[in-house]
Amino acid sequence: MSVKKFVVGIFTDEQVLFPAVKKVRSAGYKIHDVYTPMPIHGLDDALGLRQTSLHTAGFIYGITGTTTALSGIGWIFNSDWPQNFGGKSHFDLPAWIPITFELTVLFSAVGMVLTFCYLCQIAPFVRKHHFNLRATDDQFTMVIECTEKSNESEISAFLASVGAVGINTQIAETGWWLGRYDSELPPLGQKGLI
Amino acid sequence: MSSNKENFVVPGRYKQWTYGLLAVGVLSLIIGYILYGGEDHGTRFWAALLQNSVYFLLVVNAAMFFFTATTLAMGGWPLVFRRVTEAISASVIPIGIITFVILMCLVFGGHDAIYIWINKDVVAHDEILNGKKGFLNPTFFTVYTVLTIGLWTLLGWKMRQLSRSIDNTPLTIEEGRRYIFTNTVWAAIYIVWFALTVASVVPWLWLMSINAHWFSTMYSWYTFASTFVAGMALISLFVIYFKNQGYLPFVNKEHLHDLGKFQFAFSIFWTYLWFDQFMLIWYANISEETIYYKTRFEGAYMGLFYLNLVINFLAPLLIFMSRGSKRNYATVTFMSVLLLFGHWLDFYQMVFAGPYPNHVPMNLFDFGIAAGFVGLIMWQTGRVFSKFPILAKNHPFLKESIIHHT
Repeated sequence: MSVKKFVVGIFTDEQVLFPAVKKVRSAGYKIHDVYTPMPIHGLDDALGLRQTSLHTAGFIYGITGTTTALSGIGWIFNSDWPQNFGGKSHFDLPAWIPITFELTVLFSAVGMVLTFCYLCQIAPFVRKHHFNLRATDDQFTMVIECTEKSNESEISAFLASVGAVGINTQIAETGWWLGRYDSELPPLGQKGLI
Repeated sequence: MSSNKENFVVPGRYKQWTYGLLAVGVLSLIIGYILYGGEDHGTRFWAALLQNSVYFLLVVNAAMFFFTATTLAMGGWPLVFRRVTEAISASVIPIGIITFVILMCLVFGGHDAIYIWINKDVVAHDEILNGKKGFLNPTFFTVYTVLTIGLWTLLGWKMRQLSRSIDNTPLTIEEGRRYIFTNTVWAAIYIVWFALTVASVVPWLWLMSINAHWFSTMYSWYTFASTFVAGMALISLFVIYFKNQGYLPFVNKEHLHDLGKFQFAFSIFWTYLWFDQFMLIWYANISEETIYYKTRFEGAYMGLFYLNLVINFLAPLLIFMSRGSKRNYATVTFMSVLLLFGHWLDFYQMVFAGPYPNHVPMNLFDFGIAAGFVGLIMWQTGRVFSKFPILAKNHPFLKESIIHHT
């Protein structure tokens, strides 16, 4: 990933945040992300994010689980170690369904959690820059990226005009890096926020 | 809000279809009675009536269940099409009366080919049926059926009444709270009665007693899941139809998505119960239990058995899995029709494999009777829907429903 310059606007009201997102987008600024303490219905649409492909990944993991279960049990009970269970045939599909179902769920669940962690870049022993720690508590944080076409003071003024209660500039790494939150400071240091 | 679309006006084509289907139903009834009413005590005739009336009664009653369950869960999202569910649930009254008449004819008309337990001579010499005598007897059957249909009608009427009572009186916040609480109380009473009927005793009495020697503890849940999927399909169909006619201005793809999710989720739930009931019996392989599946799994009903699984499990699983298909009016319409038909087939094998274990006697007569019930539902729903404003506009949760976002 790369180190970039961001203007961070802090909002305290969902009712202000929504029109602000629309105005910032129509003004042509590039929103890096919006961090909120709780899921907000409709914000992804307002931000113009594309639908996640996490479900497709989940479907593929699920199919993998189904295939693993059926081929595994099929091989064990038919060629590796055929046994006689109450005179039932070796290929007795109904008895395999519970295991097949469970492996399908297990594969898709575990696979989707890992994929989700990768997409959001969260994992143990890995850290990421936080633009505003109160984004997990009571503040809505809008992060706008500075590009060559837009300058910092112009974005700050615009954010103030759409109702941000706190505005600051941060230079931050966008990706994740190895490290722990309690022991060391991030390479670029975290600026104090309101 | 547009002023000219506040009340539903039944369109001419809707009326033509309604009366056409009703005519087909009545005609089938008459022809069926002439053809099948006489031979072997009219079993063929009465079994078709039993299957169709019970199926469609439980399906329209599922609309009221959906209504009360969302009320109890403080669910605001279905409010924009709430009047549609109310109108569908009003069909419980005519279909309930018809079902009651049919059940009474079966029990007191001596139709022991369908309900073997009404034959006193057989019961006296049959240890199993003798043991079930306290439950399976005409008196208990009648009392419970009267209570069931009566209370469904009464409590459903009360819920609809509550919904309509605030149409002309905007509520303050305090009144709104009290209104929600009253709704919750009545919905809870309905749900309790629903649990004692559809989720337990009623499927045992009306359907499972066709195979009086056999029993399954999953049976009622299985029946409930079947009719709830079909009920959601019926609600979706009516919502899409009214939306298409230009009513229901606030219904959008978000609501359609949730209706699709309900159909999808409960199709999976149905399969879960279907499979549980089947696999435990199949695995244990005890002859008095496997008798039920003998005709269905390997006998004459094998084709229906697998078709049932394809329509009611594989089709919704594969078609409804993606987000786009649940938000597409055409796919939801197609799936709703398919699921209504699929669960009708499910009920068909539940009823007919009892009196006809060796062959599937399905023909146009069954479809004709089904058409009659569809016409009846259309007639009652259209009539009730046109009588009241299409939007419960003073309900406290209405805004939540309008801005609903999945």
